[in-house]
Amino acid sequence: MARLNSNSLAIAQEIIGRYPVPRSALIPLLHLAQEQDGYVAEDAMAHIAELVEVTPAEVMGTCSFYEMLKREPVGDYMVNICNGISCHLLGASALIHHAEDTLGVKPGGTTDDGKITLEAVECIAACTEAPCLQVNYRYRNQVTTEDFDQLVADLRADAAGVAPHGQLAKVRQHVSEDRWAGVSPPHGQGEPAWMARNPSDNGDGS
Amino acid sequence: MSAPAPSDLRIITSRFDVEDGHTLAGYERTGGYAGLRRALEMAPADVHGEVRTASLLGRGGAGFPAGVKWGFCPPGVWPRYLVVNGDESEPGTYKDRLLMERDPHQLIEGCLIACYALGLSQCFLYVRGEMAHAQERLAAALNEAYEAGYVGANVLGAEDFSVDITLHWGAGAYIVGEETALIESLEGDRGMPRLKPPYFPASIGLYGKPTIVNNVETLANLPWIVSNGGDAFAAMGSDSSTGTRVFAVSGHVATPGVFEVPFGTTTFREIIFDPQYAGGMRPGRTLKTFIPGGASAPWFFEEHLDLPLEKTTVDQAGSMLGSGAIVVMDDTTDVVKACHNVVRFFARESCGKCTPCREGTSWLEKILGRILAGQGRPQDLDLLMDVCDNISPGINWPPRQTTICPLGPSAVSPIASALERFRDEFEAYLPATAVAVTTSSGVAS
Repeated sequence: MARLNSNSLAIAQEIIGRYPVPRSALIPLLHLAQEQDGYVAEDAMAHIAELVEVTPAEVMGTCSFYEMLKREPVGDYMVNICNGISCHLLGASALIHHAEDTLGVKPGGTTDDGKITLEAVECIAACTEAPCLQVNYRYRNQVTTEDFDQLVADLRADAAGVAPHGQLAKVRQHVSEDRWAGVSPPHGQGEPAWMARNPSDNGDGS
Repeated sequence: MSAPAPSDLRIITSRFDVEDGHTLAGYERTGGYAGLRRALEMAPADVHGEVRTASLLGRGGAGFPAGVKWGFCPPGVWPRYLVVNGDESEPGTYKDRLLMERDPHQLIEGCLIACYALGLSQCFLYVRGEMAHAQERLAAALNEAYEAGYVGANVLGAEDFSVDITLHWGAGAYIVGEETALIESLEGDRGMPRLKPPYFPASIGLYGKPTIVNNVETLANLPWIVSNGGDAFAAMGSDSSTGTRVFAVSGHVATPGVFEVPFGTTTFREIIFDPQYAGGMRPGRTLKTFIPGGASAPWFFEEHLDLPLEKTTVDQAGSMLGSGAIVVMDDTTDVVKACHNVVRFFARESCGKCTPCREGTSWLEKILGRILAGQGRPQDLDLLMDVCDNISPGINWPPRQTTICPLGPSAVSPIASALERFRDEFEAYLPATAVAVTTSSGVAS
């Protein structure tokens, strides 16, 4: 798979433009590469390195730290079953075992048809809805084994209403040029103008 | 004494039931952006003054007073940045996600107020990677707020006040919730905590510049504080834990949920047992233990139920309110498995920078694993405590650290709590023949 295509590149340049230092855009751009290809391809990492002016090794260093960034192809759907303490108390282990039996893979594995990758993940912040899971980072709450079986059937038929792996938010930040104030580079800046407003005597000296 | 109905007390969850509360129209209709307008009529230092008066404690975990933290920016050093910590990942914690999904404009307004008060010229809103819905709600809200003139160039037409908010998202790493690791991640690096001192990024933070890192819930309180005054905020709750706080109560309770309650006066018994909150234990079950403030916190028991949800009181009782996560375990709980679950979390999430944490947490997980597998040795229980003592000398509260950040010592909490109280349950996992096994494992004990 490939470098960023022209569509991704345009989005990448808009994202980079929102940071004072291009390197800060690294993780969002890695997500963008994953959105394009379903995983972070080596060529995409090399392209991102050029865009944010670091070495490919530095991109690899960052990419390999974070769990969501996959450097090998995964299934169309990541099914991440929460194994945090609250879900553990309410049946996460049984749900994970059921998933293993149903899908015929262990956590980290992908089904033979390439549809589903199973993972047992740490707390995903839906603790009052235990046991819960995410499909491509979309929640399913209080999941029973019957719910799980239905979900798998829907995913195999691409009928669960979930975008393929890689896409996160369906809405992107977009700022029109006349509304953007302009990034604040870390050097050569003075006190912002508004700090001189209505000076009062009870300030803290900052 | 029964607590007032939750609806009477809602400050930051007031729009959770408003269907379009996440849109600009819904937000404006319900009083949104009044705090920002009020702030812009005040001098920046006076806005800071109101936050000091409010005694607003940080809601991320450490509970440090926000107004004091704000004061650590060195004078005359510019630019200054705001970084919003929306990387909520502490097991059991579940409030910032709801605040971002259901009331994104409230957070944006809080960010603008903080930027105005302190001269912060750009804000970075760091949202946990796994929270796709929160990211799109915030993106949509920011797009609306920019176009409506609340964010960006010349906020509300002011010639001298412009501030950008950049939505940023992570990629899965609990450690990034630590504020210096968050900054590393925002700079495009592996999310590993920075060496201290400096203790606060307010002195040296993002790109080496003064940086305020605040939790989502902390910032969400600012519109109300500025609109109603710091005194009104400080009048709620207890003397040292002011305002309200949002707690997630999960685990073996009848009606788990996320509740905004008066900070410092509501008790654990009320929030766990009151029908308007978590509704008590599941039918026929009794309380065994509960985690009062997220997976990092030492566990509490029956005798702690009447303590108020108040920072100082809970600290003195040997635990913490942490990130506002109460996890309840009933008499069906296998505490060895629960303990292993929490320790495994820290072992998996250790960034590997400091030896005691990197090695210690994985050793703890392995030892607990073999105990659970029926292969424990009689000396393993003492060995667990010995490893804990190497991560956090003395195993006291608050914990001493041999590490840069508190992640390592956090793994000590569940073991120290569970072993002290339920040692017999650990011993029950040891094979009967274990007593006769005396061979050395090569691991110092």
